[in-house]
Amino acid sequence: MLSTGLKQSLTLALVMAALAGCSSTSTTDQDAAADSTMTGTADTTDTSSMDTMEQEPAPVLDTVFYFEFDQSTLNADARAALTAHAANLKAAPQGVRLEGHADERGTREYNMALGERRAKSVRDFLVLQGVDGSLIETVSYGEEYPAVLGSSESSYSQNRRVELK
Amino acid sequence: MIRATRFTIVLAWFMGMASLAKAELTIEITQGMDNPTPIAVVPVAWSGPSLNENISDIVEADLRRSGQFRPVPKSDMLSFPRTEADVFFRDWSVLGSEYLVISRLSSTPEGGYSLDFELFDVLSQKKVLQRNVKGGSRSLRDLAHATSDAVYEAVTGIRGAFSTKMIYVEGFGNEKFRLMLSDADGMRERLLLESKQPIMSPVWSPDGKQVAYVSFETGRPAIFRQVLATGERQQLTNFRGLNGAPAWSPDGKQLAMVLSKDGNPEIYTLDVASGRFTRITRHFAIDTEPSWTKDGKGLIFTSDRGGKPQIYQVTLASHRIERLTFEGDYNARARISPDGKTLVMVHRYNGVFHIATQDLASGDLRILTETQLDESPSIAPNGAMLMYATKYQGKGILAAVSLDAGVKFRLPSKQGDVREPSWSPYY
Repeated sequence: MLSTGLKQSLTLALVMAALAGCSSTSTTDQDAAADSTMTGTADTTDTSSMDTMEQEPAPVLDTVFYFEFDQSTLNADARAALTAHAANLKAAPQGVRLEGHADERGTREYNMALGERRAKSVRDFLVLQGVDGSLIETVSYGEEYPAVLGSSESSYSQNRRVELK
Repeated sequence: MIRATRFTIVLAWFMGMASLAKAELTIEITQGMDNPTPIAVVPVAWSGPSLNENISDIVEADLRRSGQFRPVPKSDMLSFPRTEADVFFRDWSVLGSEYLVISRLSSTPEGGYSLDFELFDVLSQKKVLQRNVKGGSRSLRDLAHATSDAVYEAVTGIRGAFSTKMIYVEGFGNEKFRLMLSDADGMRERLLLESKQPIMSPVWSPDGKQVAYVSFETGRPAIFRQVLATGERQQLTNFRGLNGAPAWSPDGKQLAMVLSKDGNPEIYTLDVASGRFTRITRHFAIDTEPSWTKDGKGLIFTSDRGGKPQIYQVTLASHRIERLTFEGDYNARARISPDGKTLVMVHRYNGVFHIATQDLASGDLRILTETQLDESPSIAPNGAMLMYATKYQGKGILAAVSLDAGVKFRLPSKQGDVREPSWSPYY
């Protein structure tokens, strides 16, 4: 599941690079560093590709978007990445699945509703950007699938998320 | 689907055998009453081959766990009376024991067991109770729990709940999820369902014959019901969005649930026989975690329509909604006690999630637990205690607390992370 997500984001990123000539400034957010344990080491390929004569490496588009406690508001990083996703989805429409998650605090069914609210907030943003809503499925997993185990704020902040797949 | 379930049953049987073979884990009582009643439970009189269960130990453990009793150590006992004629009350009054339980076990022609037990009041030197219970070849724990129930009721006036069961979810990371059934003391576990996708929100039907739960096995959450005796399953919902928080009506004919098929989480009821859904709430906020009032005429539920999650009550006939909780900024997943007087819920205080009660008449709120991340309170059918899920040493475990907060204990830690206990009704 993760690997297909990764592949998807890599292809999206390549499309982006081709379309926009690519600026690498959008990847310097803390979230990208924080979730590098989950999404692999795709961010750190700058040095290994220097022997080729190709363009500078394409930035990998975030496919995981994080939220504050009990909130479903998209932050600036998420909006930037989702704007790019929306452009890709409009250029090459395909079905996407938005999986909403919550941290372990609070009751399980309420967290299911929170996870759904987060997934829907991502969905609404994509639709506002012109993506066909019928291509988007939202599923909430509540607190049942934590990305990171543990009961610290740093784990919690990585678990309050929506994953685009 | 039915074939898969049969396989599960066979597996469950093996699991049951395996857990029987496991050494008995002790329940850790973290807080008891100040003055528990001293009681002497004499070892059962039995002349047959050695048994794989110790009846008097089980009775002692039951009574101790209730917090109402302090069993007298067997090593202090001066005699092990078999019958009333063997009882010398002075032997028990010198030990400070207020009550005495003696019992005799025999085999039945059918290959099962028959247990005769008697309860004596040591102070008044009178027999309080005499009873016989019978069971099959694997009924020794049942006979012990039946003894505990009778003794508990005779002394406290409250019906015992030691013979009841519970279901709960056991998770193994994000890899494997199990729905388990066990006795109320956590013993005799049986596997009801295993899945690679999450299982959530298990609940009992009021007759104790079925359970309902949420399973993600289809790739989305869906509500299922399952007959315990046969393992037969039925998927009840398959809507886009949330399909969650099932709750059986007191008459067993309807299930309340949360569905977000119409845009956002709303409370619905499902008439099980006809398959007809009725929408109960209409609000853009989150409405979830329905639970029935005792008379079946209303539902309580969690809603953040006021900005933060609080408990509300809806009358089904009029759809009139009333807010029940006002203290604190997070009250969720409430249940009403069997006597209808108390609300039990998850309450956040200083950023920590506890189990709390609220007296429905006075509105007084009381926090029962001191642990963290407490959730999923489920009240025993006699209303004396509730089971809940908490974290202990980084692991999901089950714990219990009396509704007056006087008694607390933890159940032994299981293999996986245990959560969402649901205490069975009497059946």
